[in-house]
Amino acid sequence: MRTRLMELAVGAFIVMGIIGLIVMALRVSGLSATDAGDKYTIKAYFENLGGLTERAKVSMSGVTIGRVTKVYLDTEDYVAVVEMEINKSMSTLTLDTSAAILTAGLLGEKYIGLTVGAEDEYLADGDVIEDTQSALVLEELIGQFLFSKAEE
Amino acid sequence: MLKLIDKILDSIQALGNASLGRLQALGRAGVFLLSSLMWGGPGSAGFGDLVKQIYSIGVRSLSIIIVAGFFVGMVLGLQGYTILSDFGSEAALGTMVSLTLLRELGPVVTALLFAGRAGSALTAEIGLMKATEQISAMEMMGVDPLKRIITPRLWAGFISMPILALLFSLVGIWGGAYVGINMLGVDEGAYWGNMQASVEFYDDIIKGLIKSLVFGLVVTWIAVYQGFDSIPTSEGISKATTQTVVVASLAVLGLDFVLTAIMLGSI
Repeated sequence: MRTRLMELAVGAFIVMGIIGLIVMALRVSGLSATDAGDKYTIKAYFENLGGLTERAKVSMSGVTIGRVTKVYLDTEDYVAVVEMEINKSMSTLTLDTSAAILTAGLLGEKYIGLTVGAEDEYLADGDVIEDTQSALVLEELIGQFLFSKAEE
Repeated sequence: MLKLIDKILDSIQALGNASLGRLQALGRAGVFLLSSLMWGGPGSAGFGDLVKQIYSIGVRSLSIIIVAGFFVGMVLGLQGYTILSDFGSEAALGTMVSLTLLRELGPVVTALLFAGRAGSALTAEIGLMKATEQISAMEMMGVDPLKRIITPRLWAGFISMPILALLFSLVGIWGGAYVGINMLGVDEGAYWGNMQASVEFYDDIIKGLIKSLVFGLVVTWIAVYQGFDSIPTSEGISKATTQTVVVASLAVLGLDFVLTAIMLGSI
C-alpha cells in the first residue's frame, strides 16, 4: 500500500512537470499548436529597417497576421530584404498592398504594418511588395529639420 | 636564517599538500560519477528504487519549492512595478517577471533550495550508511554499492530538478500576476500579452530547463559524493553535510555564470 501511494505521488509529480511545460509553452511563451503549416511567404525591400528584427510582428489595422522570418541585405542593390510569413487565413492581400515599418509606442519594438490597396489580384507565395516605407530614424529626422531651419 | 627558510618551505609544502588533496578528491569524484553512470539508465537498479528516490528527493521538495516560488514571484512583482512605474512602463511587468524567473531565478533558486533540502539529506543518509557499515556489508555480499545506492539517487536528482524548476517559475509568474494585477492594478491583458510577445519557447524556457538539468546533476553528484567520501563518524557526517550545502551552492552560482555566458553567446 505504501509503495502504491509513493508511486502515485511520483507519477503525479511527473505529470505535473509535463502539464507545467505545456502551460508554460501555451500561456507564457504564446506558442500555439496551429502555428505550423498554413502560411505563405512574401518579401519586401526597404531602404532602412531601423531595428526591425526576425520574429517581429506583421500586422494589419493592429491585428497580428504574421511574423518576420528572415532579414538580410541584398548585396547587389544594397537594400534590406525582409521575408515574412502571413497566415493562410489572410490570403486576400492585394498586389498593391503597401508595407511600412512602424514602432509600437514611443520606445516599443518595431513591426511591419500592411495596408491593402485596390487591385483585384492577390499576393501569392514568394511575391514581393512593391510599395514600402522605411523606418523613421530619429537622427535623420533631426538632420532634415536642422537643414530646413538653416535654409530659412 | 635557516629557520626562516625552513618555515617558508613548510608553508609551501602545506600548500602543495592541500592542492594535491583537492586534486585527488576531484579525481575521486570524477571516477565516482563515471562509474555510477556506467550502470546506465535510470531503471538499471530496478524501478522501485528510482521511484522511492524521486519521491524523497522530488515530491517531498515540492512544498518548499512552490511556497518559495510564489513569494519570489510576488516580490518580483512588487519590486518590478516600483522600478517600471518610474519609466511609465508598468505594462512590461509580465515580461520582466517571466524572463527573470525563466532565465535566472527559477533554475538557480530551485537548485539552492534543492541543495539545502534534498542534498543535505542525501549526504547525511549515505554518510550514516557508511558509519553503520551498511556499505561495507553490501560490498561483502558482492553487491556494488554504487549501483544499488548511488545510481538511482543521481538519476532521481537529474529527473526531479527540471520539474521543480519549471513549477517554481510557473508559480512565480502567477505570484507576480497576483500582485501586479490584483494589488497594483497592472492591466491583465498587458501583463500576459507582453509576456507572450517576448518569451520564446526555445530561447527562454528550454534553455532554463537545460540549466536546471545541469544543476540537478551537479548538486546530486556533490551530495552523494560527499556522503560516500565522508569520514564515518558523527563529526565527519556533520562536516560532510555542511560541505555539501556550501560546495553545491557555490558550484551552482559559478556554473550559472558560465552557462549564462554560453547561452547568451557573449563568450
